[in-house]
Amino acid sequence: MELIMPGIGLVFWMTLVFSLLLILLKKFAWKPIMDSLKEREQDISSSLAMAKQTKAEMKQLQADNEKLLVVARQERDAILSDAKATKDQIINEAKDKAQSEADRIVEAARVNIENEKRTALTEIKTQVAELSIDIAEKVLKAELSNKAEQNKLVEKQLANLNFN
Amino acid sequence: MIINKFWGGFSSVLTTVLIAVFLFGASVAFATDDSHSTEHQAEHSQKKKFNAGEMIFNHVLDAHSWHIMDVGDHAISVPLPIIIYDTDGSGLHFFMSSRFEHGHAAYDGYKLLKGKIVRESYIEHNSELAEAEEHQEDAKEAAIYDFSITKNVTALFVSAFLIFFLFVNIAKTYKKRKGEAPKGIQNFLEPIILFVRDDIAKDSIGPKYEKYMPYLLTIFFFILINNLMGLVPILPGGANLTGNISVTLVLALFTFVITTASANKNYWIHIFNMPGVPWWLKFPLPLMPLVEIMGVFTKPFVLMVRLFANITAGHIVILGFMSMIFIFGEISPVAGYGVSIVSAGFALFLSLLEILVAFIQAYVFTLLSALYFGMAMEEEH
Repeated sequence: MELIMPGIGLVFWMTLVFSLLLILLKKFAWKPIMDSLKEREQDISSSLAMAKQTKAEMKQLQADNEKLLVVARQERDAILSDAKATKDQIINEAKDKAQSEADRIVEAARVNIENEKRTALTEIKTQVAELSIDIAEKVLKAELSNKAEQNKLVEKQLANLNFN
Repeated sequence: MIINKFWGGFSSVLTTVLIAVFLFGASVAFATDDSHSTEHQAEHSQKKKFNAGEMIFNHVLDAHSWHIMDVGDHAISVPLPIIIYDTDGSGLHFFMSSRFEHGHAAYDGYKLLKGKIVRESYIEHNSELAEAEEHQEDAKEAAIYDFSITKNVTALFVSAFLIFFLFVNIAKTYKKRKGEAPKGIQNFLEPIILFVRDDIAKDSIGPKYEKYMPYLLTIFFFILINNLMGLVPILPGGANLTGNISVTLVLALFTFVITTASANKNYWIHIFNMPGVPWWLKFPLPLMPLVEIMGVFTKPFVLMVRLFANITAGHIVILGFMSMIFIFGEISPVAGYGVSIVSAGFALFLSLLEILVAFIQAYVFTLLSALYFGMAMEEEH
């Protein structure tokens, strides 16, 4: 019968010790433990959320980078082709300029040559005229040096003249 | 004044005795457990036959001294303080249980009779007469209230200290390792704490569970640790604390008081005027209210009985298997040896089963307490 009869002594001690244990544990053990657990859980969930957000941000950043890269590449291509065009243009321009310069020089040379030629011809003509006059003078001098000759010539000339 | 003096003396005596006996018990207990069954028991049985029922009940029930073992005919036990309040006017009495010399001597006008403290004048009859006498005696004589620090009270102190220091230590670890992964014993107990919180409290009580966490965690670990300590055969284990009806009664009363204190209007309406039930079940004969009021008290009662019966039954069955060794040993030593192998095997198996039961009972008690709290706070739906 004693087995199922509660004893006053044990009930008293149990109530006392259990109440004390409950109060002390609540204050010194369960409160800090539960607080820590809760804090840690919040920490973990916020960390996870942050990781997710960071991941999304990274993805966004990567996409941005890619876009930037594409734009940069396009820009580079544009610059390159621009440069090429400019180069071609400069070369062409230079070529044209050189050509025209050459043409001009050649033309100038020709004009010069023509002038020189003309001058030379004129000089030759003058020289020939002077020479001719000189020769004629000499011839005339020789012819007119004896009187008989001169008369003969005049007669001859007069014979040629036909007075009509 | 007396109490102060007593406590001072008691605590120093207790600590020295505990340390001495623990060391002694640890070294000798193993050797004597076996020798118990053979030579000593054989000598012993010449004077007194082995009584399995008596042995089992001595282990299962509370005692005024902590019996460790018998060497030959001499019992080795730790004396515990006796505190009695006598209503005859002499008031409180304090002395050590060793004064009784295991029931052989009387002290201060009291003596120990079958584990109970009675007045010296109380005449010991043969068993049947004594039982009948007991009731008459109680009726005509002033009652003696026994507040002794018995075996179970000692075990209660030890386990309460153990639980307190264990969890305060863990709480310190939590504070020290803030935001870090659990470590050591904290790592081992954290899943259990989380289990109590998430699977017991949150599921059964609902959003207001936090208020009840300290109580639920305390009863869970109190029952679990005492169940497990009860399975350890050497000091300070081996006391059948959670298998004692007084202890389970107090635990159930706590649950009952907390349930009643946290009950809302809806809970009382359900008891006195259950909605959705035909009126003739409530008037003129209040059948439903009667059933509901009975339910209010049967819930904690069942809690009390379940824990007590499960743990006591476990102890009795294990001890029963151990007793078989000595029962067969009395017939012939060879049979004793033969049976000891089987019995030890079964006892081992049952001990493992009891470890499982220790967890299950702690879980069930906590879960049902949480469910009752949840029911008491349930809102109308």
